[in-house]
Amino acid sequence: MATKIERDEISGTDTTGHEWDGIKELNTPLPKWWLYTFYACVIWALGYTVFYPAWPMISGATPGVLGYSSRAELVKTVDVAKAAQKENLDKIAAASVEDILKDEKLLAFARAGGAAAFKVNCVQCHGAGAAGSVGYPNLNDDDWLWGGQPEQIHTTLKNGIRYVQNADTRVMDMPVFGPDPANGNAAVLKPEEIASVANFVMTLSGGEADAAKAAAGKELYATNCASCHGDTGLGNKDMGAPNLTDKIWLYGGKIENVEAQISKPRVGVMPAWSARLDEATIKQLAVYVHALGGGEAPVAQ
Amino acid sequence: MKHESLEKNATLLLIFSFLVVTVGGLVQIAPLFYLQNTIESVEGMRPYTPLELAGRNVYVREGCYVCHSQMIRPFRDEVERYGHYSLAAESQFDHPFQWGSKRTGPDLARVGNKYSDDWHREHLMNPRNVVPESVMPGYAYLMNKEVKIAGFGKHLATLNLTANNGKGNMYSDEQVASAEADLQAQATGVDADAMLARYPKSQARDFDGQPAKVTEMDALIAYLQMMGTLVDFSTFKTEVEPR
Repeated sequence: MATKIERDEISGTDTTGHEWDGIKELNTPLPKWWLYTFYACVIWALGYTVFYPAWPMISGATPGVLGYSSRAELVKTVDVAKAAQKENLDKIAAASVEDILKDEKLLAFARAGGAAAFKVNCVQCHGAGAAGSVGYPNLNDDDWLWGGQPEQIHTTLKNGIRYVQNADTRVMDMPVFGPDPANGNAAVLKPEEIASVANFVMTLSGGEADAAKAAAGKELYATNCASCHGDTGLGNKDMGAPNLTDKIWLYGGKIENVEAQISKPRVGVMPAWSARLDEATIKQLAVYVHALGGGEAPVAQ
Repeated sequence: MKHESLEKNATLLLIFSFLVVTVGGLVQIAPLFYLQNTIESVEGMRPYTPLELAGRNVYVREGCYVCHSQMIRPFRDEVERYGHYSLAAESQFDHPFQWGSKRTGPDLARVGNKYSDDWHREHLMNPRNVVPESVMPGYAYLMNKEVKIAGFGKHLATLNLTANNGKGNMYSDEQVASAEADLQAQATGVDADAMLARYPKSQARDFDGQPAKVTEMDALIAYLQMMGTLVDFSTFKTEVEPR
């Protein structure tokens, strides 16, 4: 390897003086701005190791002059946010949902907080617009299974529906009227009787039905269904029996859907949110859901 | 010494290259083996039950980690949305861990007990049934695919070989021996007391609504319903010191 630096005639650049088997290398250094940026980064990195946790020692890493940790940082930011909301959250936790509805300032806060909590916890089932889907109730309409008064919504949120892990959960199980596997496939109603009742149920909301079958189903409805769904089919919110006179169907409004629901009822589960969310959040959710469009005015018990 | 002599002497170049790599290794790798404060011991963690493990295998096989992370970072927005930030110890029985690096779907680190089994089943069969705007593929065939139960103990024994964390076996001999029975018991909820005792905080029931068979849907839902539920954060004391 020769070390003679020459000038390359074509490019006018000096060579590095290195030569491998007759091949020479031109000396074209990095631009100065790049080089100094690189040096600055090296100095910055050294400074970083002084200020932030970096070098491993015998029993732990150096904590750094600033004493930074991502966990402490989180605690700080959460504390700041909580302190800013504390006044309103404390008031909400202490007040009843009905009282929140009366306090304009608190109501605005609770609606915003409820909207945020709804996006995290509720949209998966009830949908981003709270319109629900098959098996998951629409929260925008004024049809309520367990009641649409503020306190009723609050109770549903807190204890859930058929959520066995919660002792106070709302429970309603519609009997199986078709062949019941749990009972040796014994059936309360024969298939043609179920068809009759289904046709009668369709007439309650003014749907299309076979008049002869519906007439036959009227008597069967009175003996089998009226105790929960009411003589006129208005349902019973205390026991979660749906209103059959509106055209709102949780599991489909075709005659075969209704037959299937009588024969082998499907029921849904709503988690008890008291296990997961704090009281203030649940109340904000109750306020938000109440405001979605179908909230009922509170009735003195 | 001139740079030229390094370039022209292969042995010398090798020696100096080795020295450079050694410094990097000493600073970055070696401390992980002796620094005790990089390992946070957390109460409540246990190895996966056989059924959860089968579900986790489905999770890995289907590539769920491509779109779902299992890592809640210590930022306010994540903590308020998903719950307490993930602890290293919560991945201690994951080989490989499922932290993921992309969230097309939401983080799943604490999805356990958040939704009902019915919701999970409906959602896994066709996500659009419950989340109209979802872009997740459907996995309806999991309902028909039965879990291969025979020889499941060997799976646990293999994990003992590959992942003992230097703290002894992941699974006890008893857990290995009863793996098949435990898997069956958890997926049906029948005679599950012994299994629940062996795996604290586990849940045993028919997860997929088909009591007659143990499907991969059972396994996957069991796994999902367990995620992030093992550590009790009402008693867990957050360590905020620099580490």
